[in-house]
Amino acid sequence: MSHEEIGLFGILFAVLGGAIRVGTPFLFVSLGECLTERSGRINLGLEGNLVMGAMLAYGISYLSGSPWLGVAAAAGAGAMLGLLHALLCQQPRVNDIAVGIALMLFGTGLAFFWGKPFIQPSAPHLPSLSLGAWSDSPALRSALEINVLFIAGIVLAPLLAWFFRNARWGLNVRCAGESTEAALAMGLNVNMIRLLATMAGGALAGVGGSFLSLYYPGSWNEGLSSGQGLMAVALVIFARWDPVKCVYASLLFGGAAALGPALQSAGITWGYYLFNAAPYVLTLAIMIATSSAKRRLPGLPGVFSNLK
Amino acid sequence: MKRRTFLKGIAGAGSLAALGGAGITRAFADDKVKMGFVYVGPRDDYGYNQAHFEGKSAVAKQGWVKAFDEENVPETIEVIKTMESMINLDGAQVLFPTSFGYFPHILKIAEKYPKVMFLHCGGLWDASKHPKNVGSYFGYIDEPVYLAGIVAGHMSKTGKLGYIAAIPIPQVLRNINSFTLGARSVNPKITTNVVFTGGWANPVKEAESANSMVDQGIDVLTCHVDSPKVVVETAEKRGVMCCGYHTNQAVLAPKGFLTGAEWNWSKVYADYAEMIKGGKTIPNLVRGGIKEGIVKSSPYGAPVSDKARKHADEVRAKFMDGSMVVYKGTIKDNKGNTVIAAGKEYKQTDIWLESMDWLVEGVIGAAKS
Repeated sequence: MSHEEIGLFGILFAVLGGAIRVGTPFLFVSLGECLTERSGRINLGLEGNLVMGAMLAYGISYLSGSPWLGVAAAAGAGAMLGLLHALLCQQPRVNDIAVGIALMLFGTGLAFFWGKPFIQPSAPHLPSLSLGAWSDSPALRSALEINVLFIAGIVLAPLLAWFFRNARWGLNVRCAGESTEAALAMGLNVNMIRLLATMAGGALAGVGGSFLSLYYPGSWNEGLSSGQGLMAVALVIFARWDPVKCVYASLLFGGAAALGPALQSAGITWGYYLFNAAPYVLTLAIMIATSSAKRRLPGLPGVFSNLK
Repeated sequence: MKRRTFLKGIAGAGSLAALGGAGITRAFADDKVKMGFVYVGPRDDYGYNQAHFEGKSAVAKQGWVKAFDEENVPETIEVIKTMESMINLDGAQVLFPTSFGYFPHILKIAEKYPKVMFLHCGGLWDASKHPKNVGSYFGYIDEPVYLAGIVAGHMSKTGKLGYIAAIPIPQVLRNINSFTLGARSVNPKITTNVVFTGGWANPVKEAESANSMVDQGIDVLTCHVDSPKVVVETAEKRGVMCCGYHTNQAVLAPKGFLTGAEWNWSKVYADYAEMIKGGKTIPNLVRGGIKEGIVKSSPYGAPVSDKARKHADEVRAKFMDGSMVVYKGTIKDNKGNTVIAAGKEYKQTDIWLESMDWLVEGVIGAAKS
């Protein structure tokens, strides 16, 4: 293989690997947000859950020596923040978007405050599977070093889609999201459905955070999240509230984030600010492309139709 | 409780606190040397901010010094608020806003507080343009970076080195250039790939850059970002070697850590404290390298060969006796232009080097995007 070929394949592997490595937190947060929004609530605070989950997972993994305990703690903390969001939003005249922003600041602030002692120590990481062991290319092997959480996310997405389509509870969630009145007429406890959906969504976002601190980049500090939690919320709109499309969207965003570094390390030195901004440009482009003053977005849960 | 009584209660508590505040200010109005430090990131980031915090902690141990600091202050109007509160509430005599991007904000308020000395860590102060109560201090950290380059040059098998850098400012470019010159003094065929991540702290991008570089066959990584922790840990995970920066990261990579460039701010801050105590005028420009003790190398890691140690130690001795000049002609940039003509020498103290906007031959990267 000539030098240039290695370079081009290197970029390809790096973007592929990056799509998986960088995309996993997006995947968990977007699946969580998808579930919450399908029940008729918007939780913008998932960035807080993500950062809180990252901090707690790292701290618990460091103190207990078990990264899985850390993931469980992250899920628990995410569920608690979700519970808080749901309880606040149940009160009369409370706006879920405002509560979400407040909880985002609350979650990140609390995580920074408690996370001080964990910036320096090194905690045990989550294990990964070497799916590329058959290849003799170290670049491909590293790209196919797949973390178990990513696989869990990939399995979860079709399960969630099935849940929305076929399961009784899933249909109840959708009903609550489509029309509060219809759900009430059916005798469903809309507040309870939304509370559970927000808690479960929050827990998933917490797990996404644990991936950041316990696997990739695998360290806790205050700059760990560069807004992945917020971007994942935008990504749900892009994925049209469909869990399976969330997987593709997450991979696309992950790959976009990996593009800048990959091109530069292969020696393509122009336009790095542009390539580094690729995920944000993508978010903006999606927002512009999908907004419309006239029609309702396909897949948009009914209770949001007045939001536009 | 009625709302009105509650509000009264709050107002009462507030005035009590205000009284208390005045008392505290008086109690501290003594002749201690008061130094304020501002960091852009967390104090314990294994990197740039930790290096400054260690310096502050060392100087604070002196009984006659009162040192205070604030972390995570963005390079925006926030830093002005922080500096003004340190001046007005803590009575700071000298301020150390340590981040490069604080400089324009320092200039906005320096003339308003002529009795306070603003010392900026970096190379932007210019006697002809800027007020007298502003100054700059910086170390020639590219000296230990050059030594790290020599070690990397000896140890690399592929002849490809990787530099993960934040943004293309002169200090960053100078480190990249010195590292490459050091490595190419061992083997002139060595190249250094550079990735600019676009920010001082972006762990995901740093990890992604490190991985992409290893995929490209790079076997020694180093970096110039606020916290090298992620880069050093990723290098170790991928089984390549690495050089540290800012502080000692040897414990993070027991197998692959070679050496690194470290700051020694405790000495610099102690010197400033002595000057203020002794009532001396503070110089506007403080510079120094290995010889002056402002910077140092991390101890060699296990993989470093005897040959590499010997070579680096020889050059370190030359830095100590002042005979070593890194930027000595002929030096070409990576576009083929001669930037330093044959026979021309730029000593470390030369201010021309602080406006560096080119990358030396052998660097794969662009100083301007």
